[in-house]
Amino acid sequence: MPIDIDIAKVARLARIALGEEELERYGAQLTAILEAAEQVQALPTEGVEPTSHPLPSTNAFRPDVVTASLPRVEILAAAPETEDGYFKVPRILEAP
Amino acid sequence: MSGWEAVVGIETHVELQTASKMFCGCPVVFGAEPNTTTCPVCLGLPGAMPVPNEEAIEGILRIGTALDCEIAEHSVFHRKNYFYPDLPKNYQISQYDVPICHDGSVEIDVDGDASVIGITRVHMEEDTGKSIHVGEGGRIHGAEHSLVDFNRSGVPLVEIVSEPDLRSPEQAREYGAELQRIVRALGVSDVRLEEGSMRFDANISVRRAGDVEYGTRTEVKNVNSLRSLQRAIAHEIERQIGVLESGEPVVQETRHWSEDLGATTLMRSKEESEDYRYFLEPDLVPMRVDASWQARVREALPELPAARRARYKGLGVDRRTAAVLAAAPDIADLFDAAVSAGADVRLSGIWVTGELVAYLRAGDRALDETAVEPDHLAELSAMVTGGRLSATAAKEVLGGVLDGDGSPGEVAAARDLLQITDAGAIESAVAAVIGEHADAFAKLREGDEKVLGFLVGQVMRATGGKADPRQVSELLRSKAGG
Repeated sequence: MPIDIDIAKVARLARIALGEEELERYGAQLTAILEAAEQVQALPTEGVEPTSHPLPSTNAFRPDVVTASLPRVEILAAAPETEDGYFKVPRILEAP
Repeated sequence: MSGWEAVVGIETHVELQTASKMFCGCPVVFGAEPNTTTCPVCLGLPGAMPVPNEEAIEGILRIGTALDCEIAEHSVFHRKNYFYPDLPKNYQISQYDVPICHDGSVEIDVDGDASVIGITRVHMEEDTGKSIHVGEGGRIHGAEHSLVDFNRSGVPLVEIVSEPDLRSPEQAREYGAELQRIVRALGVSDVRLEEGSMRFDANISVRRAGDVEYGTRTEVKNVNSLRSLQRAIAHEIERQIGVLESGEPVVQETRHWSEDLGATTLMRSKEESEDYRYFLEPDLVPMRVDASWQARVREALPELPAARRARYKGLGVDRRTAAVLAAAPDIADLFDAAVSAGADVRLSGIWVTGELVAYLRAGDRALDETAVEPDHLAELSAMVTGGRLSATAAKEVLGGVLDGDGSPGEVAAARDLLQITDAGAIESAVAAVIGEHADAFAKLREGDEKVLGFLVGQVMRATGGKADPRQVSELLRSKAGG
């Protein structure tokens, strides 16, 4: 099956700005990756359990116990902008 | 809306009340100072690794089992990728094609009209942070900037998705109310809509009555009370019918319910927003809930509201009282224990759903902050049925018991509320009143029942309200000759 990938859409969904030349280069690379996946997908897998994780382990849980949180001054120190103990972010949506 | 039928499905989010968050040990608290309960995991800092909270998994299994779901023996977490300031990792850990619970149902009853609402799935995820929009009246559109608090980020969140089985705003409201009652009975969340620990999104479409195909749906968000749920759906149904009747198509979009406007407004169109690029969460191994775990969860379930209502109906409890009890498990437990201790069903029902509920509400208290015990209700009940306490005085005594003033017997004695049960004392009070009001008594003898109330009142006054009015009126009647 021929691989048809909308690289501009993939880039938009990931919020990565790509130029014309990059779109072409990465498009070709992604296509090659998907072609490799196609080959694997063509293998007969009847009777083979799907693998959802490479580790042969399940139920790696922790008990419901509270541990220390970080001091606020410390976490806010990493923020570009703060206000009254909050992270301050630019306008999210323009007025409709 | 004659000629039209509404089709509604509801997504309900429930925050679990665990001690710690879903994937880290930060505490789950409501109303803490902003950004004081966060760590590298719930802030999405690079390299931080999530570890699921076992208690949260227990919680969702309880919900799924109570909603009669099938429990998946094998299920996995996915990453739901989208960009929003309150989501620091740029993905939410959620479940996608293999949710932990699926294919359940819940029965609802609207004015005696019962229907079964399908539950598509119940899946585990994490809550996001909270943003406050500054400027433009707090609306996101055109706000100057926004402030983000990550305390809520990573709180265990259960999403319950219904089938599009609801057909009216009233059904939708009752569905939401019944879910709230069920989750409250399970004790896994405080389900406070006003604090956001339970939230609804409604998917709504309309079609011509008799059509099989669904119409185009819209999703309404920001519904944070049962009343708003009903109003928002009613408004959206009417809006869509209006659009279709004017010959326009309904556009698939997300709308925002405004309680102030009493209307839904456009939030965003759906065209580009639905591609979440789900993929398996590589940081988490699969979950395995084997048959013995499933059985343990099933056995540990408390009595659910529907079962409670049915049992109370069998006990002869009236419908309204049964409904109030089924919605308040702690009060219902007190009622059950009181009845087992010998309390009268009808009297206890009136007291716990009347005086007790009013008392708790007035003082914004929880039941366990009061001094009342099941044995108190049994004692109070025996005093009333034995004629030692009037029904009115019983309510006052209950107030004293709730305040911690002692047992009903002690409170009644201390407040001098006990009735005179000594037949001789009542007899002489009646005789005195007959002597004083001979005219009235003569009328009673002639069969004029209208004066009976007056005479009873006089005896009650003479005894300081402590005679049993029923006993007094019987005595007056028999003296009047029948």
